[in-house]
Amino acid sequence: MTLQPVLPALDYGAFVREDRVHTSLYVDPAIFEAEMDKIFANTWVWVAHESEIPAPGNFKTAHVGRQPVIVTRDPDGRVHVLLNRCRHRAGSVCEQRQGKASVFVCPYHGWSYDLTGRLRGVPHASGYDQSFDKKEFPLVSLRVEQYAGLIFATLRPDIQSLDAYLGRAKKWLDLFMKQGAGYGIKAGGAHRFRFNGNWKIQLENTTDAYHFPIVHRSFLTSLDDETEQTFDVLGQGGWVEDLGNGHSVMVMIPDRVDLEQNLDAPIPERFQALADTLAREHPPEQVRRIVRAVGGSGFNVNLFPNIACSMAFFRVLRPIAVDETEITHMVITMDGGPPAANRARLRLHEHFQGPMGFGSPDDAEGWERVQRGAAAGKDLWVMLNRGKERDVSAETGMRAAYQMWKRMMTA
Amino acid sequence: MSGVSGVRPDAAAIALQEAVEFIWLEADLLDSQDYTTWLGLWTAEGRYVIPIERSGDDHADRLNVVYDDRFMREARVQRLQSGLSMSASPSARTVRTVSRFRALGERDGATRVRCAQHLVEYKYDRTRTLAADVSYRLVRAPVGSGAGILLDEKVVRLINSDDALFGMGYLL
Repeated sequence: MTLQPVLPALDYGAFVREDRVHTSLYVDPAIFEAEMDKIFANTWVWVAHESEIPAPGNFKTAHVGRQPVIVTRDPDGRVHVLLNRCRHRAGSVCEQRQGKASVFVCPYHGWSYDLTGRLRGVPHASGYDQSFDKKEFPLVSLRVEQYAGLIFATLRPDIQSLDAYLGRAKKWLDLFMKQGAGYGIKAGGAHRFRFNGNWKIQLENTTDAYHFPIVHRSFLTSLDDETEQTFDVLGQGGWVEDLGNGHSVMVMIPDRVDLEQNLDAPIPERFQALADTLAREHPPEQVRRIVRAVGGSGFNVNLFPNIACSMAFFRVLRPIAVDETEITHMVITMDGGPPAANRARLRLHEHFQGPMGFGSPDDAEGWERVQRGAAAGKDLWVMLNRGKERDVSAETGMRAAYQMWKRMMTA
Repeated sequence: MSGVSGVRPDAAAIALQEAVEFIWLEADLLDSQDYTTWLGLWTAEGRYVIPIERSGDDHADRLNVVYDDRFMREARVQRLQSGLSMSASPSARTVRTVSRFRALGERDGATRVRCAQHLVEYKYDRTRTLAADVSYRLVRAPVGSGAGILLDEKVVRLINSDDALFGMGYLL
């Protein structure tokens, strides 16, 4: 006898074609459940940026799919990702978003764990018989690897290395991190919001230039003419590339692919006051480098399944339910960089991102409209057939992500 | 053009009852989305802040939900009224109640008041609540400006400001 209801096995491959995916992918709770196992528990999932846990003892909490984890830096500087679940009776051992600690204590019966997950203390241990061995009950530890300051974890000890998984995306991550302007990259705070829609609607959006001039018209009209030209993302000869393993890059502003090139270009008018301030303490070449970095990168690297390095911030998605997703937009500042430059980064981020930004609320509304509309028409498909090579509005990145989805769901 | 410059350090202190009536007027303007009139309630240097971190008063070097000077306030209102933003056209309907007023004293010709705000919003079959502590710095408008009291700072500390929020196509 089985405790699970017996469901007919779904043929996931049939839901994804070259140029379209079936709407069930947004609305079917059974597919969502399968995704949590076959995708989120089965590959590299981003959990932190190194600057969020800079020193031994620092930790943050995150999720791998729906599973809560703690990301820690131990006294030797090594990073651990631990399931946030006491091995005694399953209580969560940490409910802080970020902090510093040497030990995590379960509040229920007082079992305590160190930063590596090792079980340190068990109150009234004499109540256990002699076979009880603390070594058998550490916090469950995930495999952890890093690239370019991005920390990923996986529940699978046997899959390929992160390096191999990222593959051709690595070159773009290196370019993205140039917005530190020689200072380190620092995750300097975040906007978090939820919308009532499937996680893949957000996954698609980061590689969707087509919506930008339409959804974000009210953002564009709030800019000065020169900046509005910069954000004319469809008109600058950009493109989208499939980078393999579901990853893709969408280049919207080709001039801003490499922030260490074109340093002799004139400083945009909107950054002139910042440049003047920086000039008091920095030589001209450094002023140009910082100002150019403040403007952010001109591309989005979308990494399957949960993070994008998006122009000037990290976009993280967290699936909550088939029709609910949490988004984190982490601002990037220069670690130890000039306060005036970092303040400019904060203000630029606030302008577009967040629950009351000039851009994000319209994105969120659009995604909810997709989820609401997806209730209609049992046999309708979501079209991904737009565009050819060298077209920034091509749906190439979405096609790449769904081919990876299919590969993982049918493996 | 909105906003009137200049604080009058010699002006008579703003009584709590005057402040309460002003804050109620502001709440009514926001619920009825009379944003143009709302812009006129501000001093030129006035700052409208919705922080992410609830503690502390230094908002400039931290990420906020809103950190608006006059230029950004005007741009924000223009956006909400433009008809080009799907989250604001129409926005959720809002009804807010402001109460638990407490006078926090006078300094440099400005009066500080703190209060509680409960806002209920409705859109797409869904009703949601947002609670906040709101602090105001109020000043008397210059004589002859036609205005009475002006907003010099408004800080809205949402009860869940550091948790996941949702898109808002209106003003808090």
